[in-house]
Amino acid sequence: MTASEHALDNGDAGVHEGLYAGGIWSWVTTVDHKRIGILYFLTSLVFLLVAGVEGQLLRLQLARPENRFLDPDLYNQLFTMHGTTMVFFAGMPLIVAFFNFVVPLQIGARDVAFPRLNALSYWLFLFAGLFLYSSVPLRAMPDGGWFAYMPLTSSEYSPGLGMDFYVLSLLLAGIGTIAGGVNFFVTILNMRAPGMRFMRLPLFTWMALIVSVLILLAFPPFTVGLVFMMFDRSFGTHFFDAAAGADPVLWQHLFWVFGHPEVYILILPAFGVVSDVIPAFSRKSLFGYPVVVFSGILIAFLGFGVWVHHMFSVGLGPVVNAVFGGATMLIAIPTGIKIFNWIATMWGGQIRFNTPMLFAIGLVGSFTIGGLSGVMHASPPADLQQTDTYFVVAHFHYVLIGGTVFGLFSGLYYWFPKATGRMLSEALGKAHFWLTFIAFNVTFFPMHFSGLLGMPRRTFTYAEGLGLDVFNLISTIGAFMFTFAFIPLFLNLWRAWRKGEPAGANPWDAPTLEWTVSSPPPHYNFAVIPTVDRRDPLWHPHIEVGLGWAGEVEPGGVSPRVQPKEPPEPVHMPDPSYWPLVMGIGMLVMTAGALGSLGVVLLGLAVTMLGLFGWAFEPSESGAH
Amino acid sequence: MEGPSSTGVSNRKLAMWTFIGSECMLFGTLIATYLIYRGRNVVGPYPDELLNIPFITVTTFVLLMSSLMMVLALAAIERNDLKKTKIWLFMTALFGLIFLGGQYYEFNHFVHEGLPLSRNLFSSTFFVLTGTHGGHVAGGVIWLGTLFVRATQGKLDATHAETVEIAGLYWHFVDVIWIVLFTLIYLLV
Repeated sequence: MTASEHALDNGDAGVHEGLYAGGIWSWVTTVDHKRIGILYFLTSLVFLLVAGVEGQLLRLQLARPENRFLDPDLYNQLFTMHGTTMVFFAGMPLIVAFFNFVVPLQIGARDVAFPRLNALSYWLFLFAGLFLYSSVPLRAMPDGGWFAYMPLTSSEYSPGLGMDFYVLSLLLAGIGTIAGGVNFFVTILNMRAPGMRFMRLPLFTWMALIVSVLILLAFPPFTVGLVFMMFDRSFGTHFFDAAAGADPVLWQHLFWVFGHPEVYILILPAFGVVSDVIPAFSRKSLFGYPVVVFSGILIAFLGFGVWVHHMFSVGLGPVVNAVFGGATMLIAIPTGIKIFNWIATMWGGQIRFNTPMLFAIGLVGSFTIGGLSGVMHASPPADLQQTDTYFVVAHFHYVLIGGTVFGLFSGLYYWFPKATGRMLSEALGKAHFWLTFIAFNVTFFPMHFSGLLGMPRRTFTYAEGLGLDVFNLISTIGAFMFTFAFIPLFLNLWRAWRKGEPAGANPWDAPTLEWTVSSPPPHYNFAVIPTVDRRDPLWHPHIEVGLGWAGEVEPGGVSPRVQPKEPPEPVHMPDPSYWPLVMGIGMLVMTAGALGSLGVVLLGLAVTMLGLFGWAFEPSESGAH
Repeated sequence: MEGPSSTGVSNRKLAMWTFIGSECMLFGTLIATYLIYRGRNVVGPYPDELLNIPFITVTTFVLLMSSLMMVLALAAIERNDLKKTKIWLFMTALFGLIFLGGQYYEFNHFVHEGLPLSRNLFSSTFFVLTGTHGGHVAGGVIWLGTLFVRATQGKLDATHAETVEIAGLYWHFVDVIWIVLFTLIYLLV
């Protein structure tokens, strides 16, 4: 069935009306989860490109031995900005973009639990990112690496404002992230449609719930670590000062007790996307749904007990290292369970190799490679050889690109029709997939070899004749291909936005609730809050009566699966509000003031309080829509 | 837009409980750091020379009593007894302020005794830990004060009982944290 036939469904809203209508002010004051999701997406895409260019510059420097394209100082700044941006301002917000757009639709809700808090989270992310990048024109980019080890990052060894930008921007972003964690935790727990029990939740929503818990438990220790670092740098305290009796390794503990769950914050949503996409494109419900859910929970749980595997070379002792090594290997079990469940879902299914499915399958393969090298350095003796080499760089790019990025691309191709009402081109999508898949492997596979040959990370060059030249040249060529691979993506997005085929409500014949509403969905999402009686609600009624899958019957019909065009009763939706923006600006001013001006901090505090009180006393909704 | 609640608990109350869960990790990290660094100072003054247990016992008692006032405020607004609600909200905030005054005095005293923030490990961990707690108390005082002003304006009645309840959840949490801090910092000195 083609997309245009689907346009006969109720989902024929035009691209440039509804969700996308209204001027700048309507976007600035929006509290609609779909619009906030789109803002998150576009903003983090910009950060992704910027951080990608930074990575590209690093590869250019490493193209040949003894290169002098970048000086060591700039090199340090660029790899720090590359890592920090990718993790905090590209990866996480891209994930939150999908949470925002998809989760309320998947659980049958009209918005998130706290729409204005959601807007505040977005502003804090944007402002924290801009604040971090304001270090560029000031020529004070942080240069201590994204995990900012003490005492290297103390004011003694990292003078200047660089690491202050790092600390303050991540504190600001962290507040927004924790607020988002509260918001999505409450939304998923409390705003499910009638009958949407936990074991009927789509997998993406399940993973969003788990990730919310990870955020709530993992970000506070990081926040405290950042506060300690700020106090050490700015106020002369001694949290990481060995001369005062302190232990600098405390920073590593605080960072990694956050940092390892952070890895699962980045990967579990991608697993969630794939767990929704593979069934939809195999025309088969997910194999072993409860097992996939519980292995996700198990990964998150174990994720809090493995942080020392980032610190094997510190020398905490054989017992500690052995325990954490063993715990790390345990994580391979629930992860392997998921991989086999995806394969078993495809097994015997009617597979359609559309672009979302290609990226999903790409994840299953690439992530497995990254997972296997992960098991390798879960073993402390092996890790002592591999730590701080390009082998580790290869490993985490396989899980972060082969896992997170492929999963998010899969989700982008999967939900773009829902978000815009337009179909992306399959030809360009496939070109994008194959170029990305090849370029990614050309870039990062040789790093396994250069790493095992002993090439250290974070070193701006290497000597000739160590056997590293060829591998590095291949990696650099791959990186150029990777940049090139983005062209079909942007061409595709631009083309689809301008003149893509209408998507209809359910272009993929997918089984979950977001596909019952028009594309793009109306402001209130659901004219009637649906009642859910089973998992994959759009499939089973038809499977039961032997008609195949949803979408093949009743174009424009009024079956229980299809939403009426107009809500039968008035729907109350929250009003737009500019107070989150005011509060966000206040907090940005405070953050900037913390670079050295108490007066500016107090001014920012005043604006923040103004925003807070304006927010608290603003009626959150007026009339019906 | 308060939708139907799947759990039976309102969104706002669930959010406060969630936030408190996250705060436990925040204070847990601060407390763990304090305990790890206990007794590792290389220069004085040392905690046992400075900590004034009788004085802090009094302010601790005041803070604990403020929790009682909070309970009474909630009970009053649930009965729609607005006069008592005002009184108890005011008393809760006032007792919180007295506690903060005690903390201000204590900090000042320590600095005069030769323990500025940057002095040693004890000053670093003590001021940041108790200061974070004090910041939470201050936030609570502003919140309760705002509720008190709303009550005197006649804009707070039994329909807002849950708002007072949620403020109370936060206030009791901050109190419980102080009990832990009082025990670990002062009683175990």
